[in-house]
Amino acid sequence: MITDTRLTIETPEGTDLPLTPAGLGARGAAYVLDFLIYMGVLIGLSIVTSFFGSLGWAANVIGGFLIFWFYPVYFEVWQKGQTPGKKYMKLLVINEDGTPITFAASTLRNLLRVVDALPAFYCVAIVSSILSNKFQRLGDIAAQTLVVYADEEISLTQANDLGYRPVPAGLTTDEQRSFLDFTDRCKKLSVDRQNELASILQPMLGSNDPVKAIKQIANTMSMGSKKK
Amino acid sequence: MKQGQFEAQYEKDWQAFEYTVEKLEDANNSFVEELKQSEAAEFTRLYRRICHLHSLVLSRGYSSNLADKLSSLIARGHKQLYQRKHTSRYKFIRFFTVEFPVLIRRESHWFWLATLLLYGPGLLFFAATLIQPELVYTILDPGNVDKFESMYNPENRILGAARDSETNWRMFAFYISNNIGVSFRCFASGLMWCIGSIFFLVFNSLLFGAVAGHLTNVGYTETFFTFVVGHGSFELTAIAISGAAGMKLGYSILVPGNLTRIESLKRAASVAIKLVYGVFAMLVIAAFIEAFWSSNNLLEPWQKYLVGAALWAIVFAYLFLSGRGADGPE
Repeated sequence: MITDTRLTIETPEGTDLPLTPAGLGARGAAYVLDFLIYMGVLIGLSIVTSFFGSLGWAANVIGGFLIFWFYPVYFEVWQKGQTPGKKYMKLLVINEDGTPITFAASTLRNLLRVVDALPAFYCVAIVSSILSNKFQRLGDIAAQTLVVYADEEISLTQANDLGYRPVPAGLTTDEQRSFLDFTDRCKKLSVDRQNELASILQPMLGSNDPVKAIKQIANTMSMGSKKK
Repeated sequence: MKQGQFEAQYEKDWQAFEYTVEKLEDANNSFVEELKQSEAAEFTRLYRRICHLHSLVLSRGYSSNLADKLSSLIARGHKQLYQRKHTSRYKFIRFFTVEFPVLIRRESHWFWLATLLLYGPGLLFFAATLIQPELVYTILDPGNVDKFESMYNPENRILGAARDSETNWRMFAFYISNNIGVSFRCFASGLMWCIGSIFFLVFNSLLFGAVAGHLTNVGYTETFFTFVVGHGSFELTAIAISGAAGMKLGYSILVPGNLTRIESLKRAASVAIKLVYGVFAMLVIAAFIEAFWSSNNLLEPWQKYLVGAALWAIVFAYLFLSGRGADGPE
């Protein structure tokens, strides 16, 4: 879980909704995918319509027009905020207040692509989203929309066979989360790196093997939600 | 209370809530339409309860797994509870009969400025071309001039026969994609400090002035003006409105007043996009007229001018009269 770009929206009930705006890389990749799909559909359409004479030509032109301007709008409004490319990249578009995107907002942000795409390769959009703390391109700013990471199914930390250890008292939720995240990330970290990171907590844990201690604590934490 | 006890006690609440949320997510309807009244009341009650439980979990420092689970449930519930209503058919009709014309009148300063930019330079250039015919080549290259000449040459007209319907459909498709594309660009590029919109308006104005002036010089006035008079009503007005909407965007950034530039842009944009809906509808109508009426050669010129005048009257009556009184004082 990325914590540093997180954004919270306070709901009327006083709860903070966590949102993670998506950065350039993920959005760029989603765009490239969408672009390929879009080109594929256009080519397919022109092949199919070429068999139907000049009415086919008319259908091709109108179809091409609609796809060019409304491909993203259709998916954003009627397919839960996700174009196929965004879906693949696990992104979605929402209103700034965390609610599903509306037709007006989606149309606006997609029409303003014209400006975002200037002068070439979405340079304006790139500069705008780098300068914006929510990674918004101009279209997003005007339409008050955000591209965020879709919520993933919460995967419970896999328990390991290292045994249990009492959870230190007074940890905040974020601190607890970092214990679990560390345990998850260990699969991708070298042993040296694991030790290096875990040794930061050495004074607090008071254990000779802080890596093991953290994993044991994580075990106890993840057990909490299964134990009856 | 230990976390285990807490979970045992309240688990059925969030399970019930999750069940309803899943049902709503699959249904794609808003919860008001999907649930019975009692169920909807229960849904909102459970939602507030989960929010409450979530803050208990945070303040008591229960495991982050539980906090994350509840917060994701809240996020999903929030989406269902606070989503905007989809536009109903009634609102759709009301938009075109009341809201759009009222909006044009409220933003009439932009509308008139855009209209001036769309007609002014063109009329001047039209007059200049009449006096100095070579001026047309400053806007159009000779190849294009030839193309326009042959398009409107009365001798090329197949007398007594309207175009066949397939050609009409082809032209309809072309007008839709070309004209609406131009108006969308004219609108969107206004975001750049109005420059884009002004450019599109003035450029199209000069182009029209040059073509009209040149065709008048070579004496093809009848074919040309009987062609454009009909659909021009909807098309030119719609292009002017798209330019007005674009300039409103750009101006909101240039002169934000007491607001921040971003806030000013957001407010202008939510109004401007409504103008674009209207532009879209007007251009679809214009494309129909252009493809199926304007191209009809069977009619006498006076009939086309008469219908053309009626269409202009309809457009202006619509924009300046429709919805009057329905929305209170303007």
